[in-house]
Formats: sequence, C-alpha cells, structure tokens
Amino acid sequence: MTLLRHTRGGEITERQALTINPAKTCQPIGAMYAALGIHRCLPHSHGSQGCCSYHRSTLSRHYKEPVMAATSSFTEGSSVFGGQANLLQAIDNIFTVYQPDVIAVHTTCLSETIGDDIPQISEKASEKGLIPDGKCVIHASTPSYVGAAPTGFANMTAGMVKYFSKSTSPTKVADRVNVIPGWVEPADMREIKRIVAAMGLESIVFPDTSDVLDCPQTGMHEMFPKGGVTVEQLRATGDSAATIALGPICSDAAAVELTNKCGVPHTTLPLPIGLEATDRFILALREYNGGLVPQEITDERGRLIDLITDMHQYFYNKTAALWGDPDQLVSLSELLLTVDILPKYVVTGTPGKKFLRRMGEVLQERKSEVQVRQGTGADLFLMHQWIKNEKVDLLIGNTYGKYISRDEGIPLVRHGFPILDRVGHQFFPTVGYRGAIRLLEQILEALMQRQDDQCSEERFELTM
Amino acid sequence: MRKVAIYGKGGIGKSTTTQNTVAALAEMGKKVMVVGCDPKADSTRLLLNGLAQKTVLDTLREEGEDVELEDIRMEGFGNCLCTESGGPEPGVGCAGRGIITSINLLEQLGAYHEDEQLDYVFYDVLGDVVCGGFAMPIREGKAQEIYIVCSGEMMAMYAANNICKGIRKFAEAGGVRLGGLICNSRKVDNESEMIEEFARRLGSQMVHFVPRDNDVQRAEIRKMTVIDWNPGCSQADEYRMLARSIDENDLFIIPDPLSIDELESLLLEFGVLEAAAA
Repeated sequence: MTLLRHTRGGEITERQALTINPAKTCQPIGAMYAALGIHRCLPHSHGSQGCCSYHRSTLSRHYKEPVMAATSSFTEGSSVFGGQANLLQAIDNIFTVYQPDVIAVHTTCLSETIGDDIPQISEKASEKGLIPDGKCVIHASTPSYVGAAPTGFANMTAGMVKYFSKSTSPTKVADRVNVIPGWVEPADMREIKRIVAAMGLESIVFPDTSDVLDCPQTGMHEMFPKGGVTVEQLRATGDSAATIALGPICSDAAAVELTNKCGVPHTTLPLPIGLEATDRFILALREYNGGLVPQEITDERGRLIDLITDMHQYFYNKTAALWGDPDQLVSLSELLLTVDILPKYVVTGTPGKKFLRRMGEVLQERKSEVQVRQGTGADLFLMHQWIKNEKVDLLIGNTYGKYISRDEGIPLVRHGFPILDRVGHQFFPTVGYRGAIRLLEQILEALMQRQDDQCSEERFELTM
Repeated sequence: MRKVAIYGKGGIGKSTTTQNTVAALAEMGKKVMVVGCDPKADSTRLLLNGLAQKTVLDTLREEGEDVELEDIRMEGFGNCLCTESGGPEPGVGCAGRGIITSINLLEQLGAYHEDEQLDYVFYDVLGDVVCGGFAMPIREGKAQEIYIVCSGEMMAMYAANNICKGIRKFAEAGGVRLGGLICNSRKVDNESEMIEEFARRLGSQMVHFVPRDNDVQRAEIRKMTVIDWNPGCSQADEYRMLARSIDENDLFIIPDPLSIDELESLLLEFGVLEAAAA
C-alpha cells in the first residue's frame, strides 16, 4: 500500500488553484534564521504566538538545537488597536530579562496587514528609554503572503546593512571582503570562512550561524552561543574592499544596499555548490588577493575532479528530481549536469522570474529534456505526478520528499530545508570543492546501494 | 426584531439621521438599540446627550474578556439602548477587525436576545466600506435591511451606488436587502426627483426626503436630537415621517447598481442640464 494514494499518473490536469505539499515555506522563518546569525541577537516575531512557535519548532527540528525567539503575542485587541503596546512591552522584557545585544524584529501577515510601523514603534521604545545604551532594535518587513522563506532571509540580511553598515573612510580595507553566504547551513558558513581565509583574505561573513546552530555540547546552556557576526563586524562591512553575495535571491538585496549606502562594490554569484559554481567563487576572491590560489584549494579541486572521473560510469545518464529554494536548485542542477546526471524535474514554490532564466542558462541545450515549474501549483504533488509518468533515479530535496521516495522506491538525498529526519546537514558542508565531494558521495551512496539492492545475482559486484 | 443598517458617504449625515429617526421610533413606543460602528464613536452622542459612552473595544482592552453588557450599553432618549464599537486611533491597528470583534462580543453577551424585547437594532456604519470589517453588520444574517443616506450631490450618489454593489454581493449569499434611499437634502437642483429616479433605477424607493433645516444644527449643538430639543418644530415631524416610512416599509429588494455611464447621464438629465437651461 502506498502512502500517497491520491497521486496518480496519466494525464496531468492544470490546476487553477490549490497547492498540495508546497515546495516552499513562509518569509518569517528565513528572517528568523538570518537573525540568529548575528552574535547575541534575539529574533522577535511581531505577530500572534503561532507564527513564532511554528518557525522556532521547525528550525529546532532541523538543527536539533534550541532556537530562541520572542513574540509580540498578539491578541484580538492587538489586532484592532495595533501591536505597539505589545512590542514596547516585549522590548522592555527582552532587554531586562535576556539582555541580547540586538533584537531583530520581523513582521507577520497580521501585523503587516494592519499596517504596524516597526521603525516608529522602535523609535518610541528609544524615546521611552527601553533600549539600553549600545543595544539595538533592527527590523525587516516579512509578510508571508509575499515571496517565501528566502525572501525573508534576504529582507533581514538587507536590514542588517540598513541598520549597521557604515563607511568611515573613502579608502577601503584592501584585503577584506564581505561574504553574504545566502541561506546555507552553519557548516557551509564555516566552510566559506575557511575558504576565504585559505585565499589569504580577511572576511566578514554575514549572517553567520556557525557556532549558533551547531554548538558543541558543553553541559551548559548558553542563551546566546559564541557564534554569529558581531555588531562591530556588521558596522565594518561598510569599509570592506568588496562584497561577494552568494545566491541572488537570498543575498543580492543586502549587497546592493551596501553598494548604495557605503560604496562597497559587489559581485553576486550563484551559491558555490558544485565545481563550476565554486570555481566562480574562487575566481571572484582572486580579484582581491593578488590572483593567487593556494595549493590547498587547488588540491581540493583536484580531488573533486578525480572523484568525478573515477565514478563517472555511475553518474552517467541518470536522472534526478529536485525541489526546494531557487538558489540551491540552480547550483545543484549545474553540479548534476557536470557529472552527467539530468535534473529532469525541478520545482520551487518561491516566486521570482529570474529563476527560470538562470535555470535556462544552466540547462542550455538540454532545456527540452527538463521540466521546470515555479510558483503557485509548483508543488510536490505535481512532481510526484511527473514521476509517476516517467521515473527518475534519484530525488534531491528536503524531508517532505520521503513519502514519494518510499512510494516509488527512489532513493532520496536530503538537501535543503527542512531536514527533520536525519542528521549530517548541520555538520558537513555542501559548498566549496569539499562540499561537492560530500554531495557526490551521498549521491553515489544512494545510486550504488540501490544497484546492490536490486541487481540480479550475477551482476552483484564486490568491487564497484 | 428588525435589524437595520445605515450606510452612506462620509459626512452625509448618517449618524444625525439615524439618531433623529431612532428618537422618533422611540417616541412611537418602539424599543430600539443603536450599535455605532464607527471608530470615532460618535453615533450615539445625541441620544445620550454627550459623548458619555465607553466603547466596547476600550472596555475589552481595559477589562479583558470579562466584559458584561452593562459595561458597554447605556440607556438614552426614550429608553433606547446605545452601544459604541469604538476602535483604534487614526492611522494604527485595524478598525475593520474592531467592528467584527465588537459585534461578536455583543452577540455573545446576549445583546440581541429575545429577553431584551427589542423592536429594532440600528447599525450606524462608517461611511466608506473600505474593508470586510465594515461589511460585518450585513454579513451572516445580521442586519436584514439597509437604508442608504445620500443627497443629490454627485459623490454621494457614486457612494450610494457603490454600496449597492456591496449589498448585492452579500444579498446573494445571505438575506440582506435594500429598504430604500434616504435623501438628506443638500439643496441641489431637482434633488428629490433625481433621487427618486435613482432609487427607481436601482429597483428601490426613496423612503423620505429630509429637507435641510438649521434646527438640526441647533439641536446638535445642544447634544440633542431634534425631537428631544424641540418636539414641536417642523423638522421633528420630518423625522417622524421618516420613522413611520421605515416602520411601514415593505419594499425590500436586491439592488441593481447602475453603470458609471448611467449614473452620469442621470446627473446630467436632472442636474446640470436643467440648471444650465434655467
């Protein structure tokens, strides 16, 4: 008996409405995740309690870490009279009880619709002396009915620039770059910092959730763990030589803001997942380190190429179905094509027409063999229908694909957000050359295990 | 119990007309409740001889969920019962949601219960039905009949026509019907004839033509309805006639709103053209 019995193959009816198992989640969760990447920052959800609970619990389940966030706890009265009184009380309580350096307020559908003006309320809090010296309240507008989780991440990250970045001198610090990593795992952010350091550059990575959401067990609970970009670092972004924004949907807004506000030039690149995308990141960094690529990085690249050539026969001519956030999907598709796997089906619920153009650039002459769908109705149900009609060898996406995986007997490589049923994503990066090795290793494991499970006795091989 | 909602363009005189009509109905011996659905909370000022009313939402905010009917309802002229929804100050929060909250609370508290032996409930609604909240009084079978206060001025007629579109939408789903137009005269040329014709084209009627009279102002400045201030004056009789027309009304229809072209040609026909000829 299959789990998703309502899904059938055959003719696929174009739906006018109704999304089933969406390939997206809502804005505030992205804003909350970004805010956690500031050192000693408490994210604050300006809305009803349920919003905050959902976002906290999903982040907690993904990272297996307690995720701290506060809420304005709207009641019927707050909806009518506005949430000012609640937010003022919250700011007072939070600074008194939890003493963060920063409160990062994001809005919700409700507070956006009634038109609460967060800068006006935080100005009021400041007037009333509720914000202690040296502490800050920042904000991002994140109604869930606009965009998706990456939009919220982008808005909060741009908010960090709006509130903090400062240009103190017309001469920039020549060997320091800002890197906006996009919505990637804490391990990825750590890996990005390692790569930039290996390239001989100083970096300010923001937001930075490493050592916030992948903390070592010390036996002591820390309300604010040691990680995260500090307020001083965020201010200093305005004096860096350049900004490299990774993943246009999540990072471009902040990079553009920084260019406009502080005159820091920016380069926006795809997420450095896979060989070519990492090459582009390394080339961009070479612009600022005198053109050198250290042997360490060259060797990592060489190992990746070696893996691809050694195992090409297992990749070649396979097909995959992908879902998730656009920045990830573009880079993953490129990696798959590099190793001769066809990303046959690609869906994302996140809107933004640029995605289709970028997919076109990656797919090039193979465009006609691929189905890409975006926005309303681009959901896991549609993907499952496609799969019923023509199978693929591999699924790559978040945990919500495990039902399709089980029903269709197709292995699932977990990537993206949320991963609620496995560990690993928080520890092992998928960015950079080493990250690509990790991803390909996972893909090979899935494909080769299936071969071992299903092949005939005479084809069962000791050496593969 | 008849449940009546009064709509119309902002500033047209809905609250004044409603309260004077309620005073006349009370004088006829009817038991009436007025529910002010305007965040400004000035729908019962004349009946209560001043802005004495604590609003439902203020009470809810200050006293929490534990509100009693006595806290939010006051007795006014002729034993009519007055409540004000109230709402946020201008520019913050959501006034529409306030009306929904407030009407739900009145229902929960039994303000409409049979024991109250009400003959009439009047909802006096903010002029511009800018969102779903302001349509609350005509949703879910609350008010069954609507009167639109208008005048012969172009914008007032536009607004009345727009309100008819809203009524149509809710009429198809629920039981709400248009009872007629009340013309609150602005001394526009051919005003009475034009509104009568407008009402006819909507499929309805003009229930009464209320002439312009400074006695209304004189009473208002004393925080009184005309009947309360000077029961013998001729304007008091006008409101008595309006009250009787509503009480005896049996024409309840789903309006057929005019197209903008039709509306403009009506104005030309009765207003501008004749005035130009004269």
